[in-house]
Amino acid sequence: MESPIIEMHGLTKRYGSLKAVDNLHLSIAKGEIFGLLGPNGAGKSTTILMLLGLTEPDAGEARICGLNATRNPIPVKRKVGYLPDNVGFYNDLTALENLSYIARLNGIPEAEVQERSRQMLVEVGLEAAIHKKAGAFSRGMKQRLGLADVLIKQPEVIILDEPTLGIDPAGVRDFLELLRQLNQRQGLTILLSSHHLHQVQQVCNRVGIFVGGQLLAEGNVEKLAANLFNAAPWVVEVTLRTDVPQREALEKELLQLPGVKTVTGAANAVEVSGGEDITPDIVRCFVAKGLDVTGVHKKTYGLDEIYHRYFENNLKEDITNEKSTGLFQRSFLGRYKKR
Amino acid sequence: MKSQLAYFNGLFSAGTKNASASPYSVMVRKEVSDQVRSWRFIVLAGLILLTFLGSMYVSLSNLRQATANAADPDRLFLYLKLLTITDGTLPPFHVFISFLGPLLGIAMGFDAINSEQSNGTLVRLMAQPVYRDSLINAKFTASLIVISTLFLSLSLLMTGGGLMITGVKIEPSELVRILCFTVLSIIYVAFWLNLSILLSVRFRQTATSALTAIAIWLFFTVFYQILVNIIIKAVLPDPNTLTESQIISYNNIILTVLRFVPSQLFTDATTTLLMPSVRSLGPLTMEQMAGAIPAPISVRESLLVVWPQVSGLIAATVVCFALSYYLFMRREIRT
Repeated sequence: MESPIIEMHGLTKRYGSLKAVDNLHLSIAKGEIFGLLGPNGAGKSTTILMLLGLTEPDAGEARICGLNATRNPIPVKRKVGYLPDNVGFYNDLTALENLSYIARLNGIPEAEVQERSRQMLVEVGLEAAIHKKAGAFSRGMKQRLGLADVLIKQPEVIILDEPTLGIDPAGVRDFLELLRQLNQRQGLTILLSSHHLHQVQQVCNRVGIFVGGQLLAEGNVEKLAANLFNAAPWVVEVTLRTDVPQREALEKELLQLPGVKTVTGAANAVEVSGGEDITPDIVRCFVAKGLDVTGVHKKTYGLDEIYHRYFENNLKEDITNEKSTGLFQRSFLGRYKKR
Repeated sequence: MKSQLAYFNGLFSAGTKNASASPYSVMVRKEVSDQVRSWRFIVLAGLILLTFLGSMYVSLSNLRQATANAADPDRLFLYLKLLTITDGTLPPFHVFISFLGPLLGIAMGFDAINSEQSNGTLVRLMAQPVYRDSLINAKFTASLIVISTLFLSLSLLMTGGGLMITGVKIEPSELVRILCFTVLSIIYVAFWLNLSILLSVRFRQTATSALTAIAIWLFFTVFYQILVNIIIKAVLPDPNTLTESQIISYNNIILTVLRFVPSQLFTDATTTLLMPSVRSLGPLTMEQMAGAIPAPISVRESLLVVWPQVSGLIAATVVCFALSYYLFMRREIRT
């Protein structure tokens, strides 16, 4: 593996008694697309802000391109392009004016500013809207302009915070394709945070799952799935026409089947997870009891399930440890952050 | 040695066309153009221009009488008269400024930081390789440049207009006094500008900061004097029972309390500057007045009289700026 371009060592950030980011260790290699996954308020944005030196960590350090982000924020910001979630532009200025302002702030020589801004707008597909005011832009166009903003300084690393939020599916596809091209053609390192799992799955080489300020797992999708589900990798969901009569008896019977680990579900649905694929046996069991099966669904594992599973496990731990206050605080932080 | 070479490179290329401006000057340029194009500035500048023209018209039409009034020791200062005389239909220009200046300052600063934050442009700016303080410095400098240009052109317009209409030569001391008045007005507006920038850093909503700034302004222009009067009536003993020196000392206390108001400082200072015969801003005893000829005093003397007021205004401005600077630097940058 190539040398890491982003390194985090024991990064910690507290807001009062709440740990927004808790002892985070992570390194990302040059040329990688890394996806930071987690629910709202998990500490993704805080981590990104610490990487850019916009927020001071309480402990640990973040290094980008070998520079300490807290001590040398200006050189770091020269090499890193950052697209915040809810990126905003000056509504009274045109796309070109908005972009050339950023170009000038980055010290691009005055003679080149106009030309380069124009080129960049063409590259992200906004050539038709160069002289349109940014206030009239749609969400997707703003996101493109934001990307142009990030790219005009010719960064080595780009960090995107929830880049696909609020864009329609076609827009998302184009946007992710653009990211992939940038990564392949220019060897850019990309770090993106999201809770849109399928999109992350499409572009990322590696993902990290981030819940409650902690990195629960990292690796590529297959590795994560293998880690998580080696205990009970198969889940079958059976739907009945009516509510399940004598649920306890049925559950007992299902647990008798070879390999079945847990049986859950409510009303007219039953979820059976186990170590082997015994879908026919399960269905047979239902039929033998005279129940009307309307649907059988065997689940396969994508990032969605991986993520849900991690998130659920984490919640359960919280409850078993009687840390209900932590749960409350997390949802509170989520609200606070989105303000 | 290498770094020195690099330094010289930067030094020599600075003058060429290829050089890039520093982020700070880029920001100042952008902020100035924003301010000048914004509707609220156009409206307020129009308002100030209107009051300027109105009070100029009134003072020009009363100029003959004022200069003919032999009892007035200031009658020969034609250009200062232009700024101060009135027939009662319109207040003179400097009174208008003490009233409209705060509004101008508040209008230019109340959304300096919080609108950037709520628009999401603050994070975007801070992600660029610029120091955080450049932004707040640039905001302040840009507004100051705009205000200075406005006031300087108004006073030059006044002087030029006066020259054209009356044909009277302007005395150097008058010019100095008018320029000092201009600088004073700029400082006064800068105070309110800084106060509103401070509020814009403190409050997340632009409406909150604007309303708070206007509330402070109203409190100082209307309620403060009333409040002081009520308290004085309740606390001070009956003047009839006091000796003369006691009355003077009480008067001084009242004046000091009233001078906590920036507009009072501004009014004191402008009156002294624009009326050369004013020689003290406090009460004078009979002994001090004895033998004094009612005559104008020199520019230097006037400046000495108003110096405490001027330094008070500057100090208030600096305090507001320092506070907003401190708050802004400690601020979490996020949407």
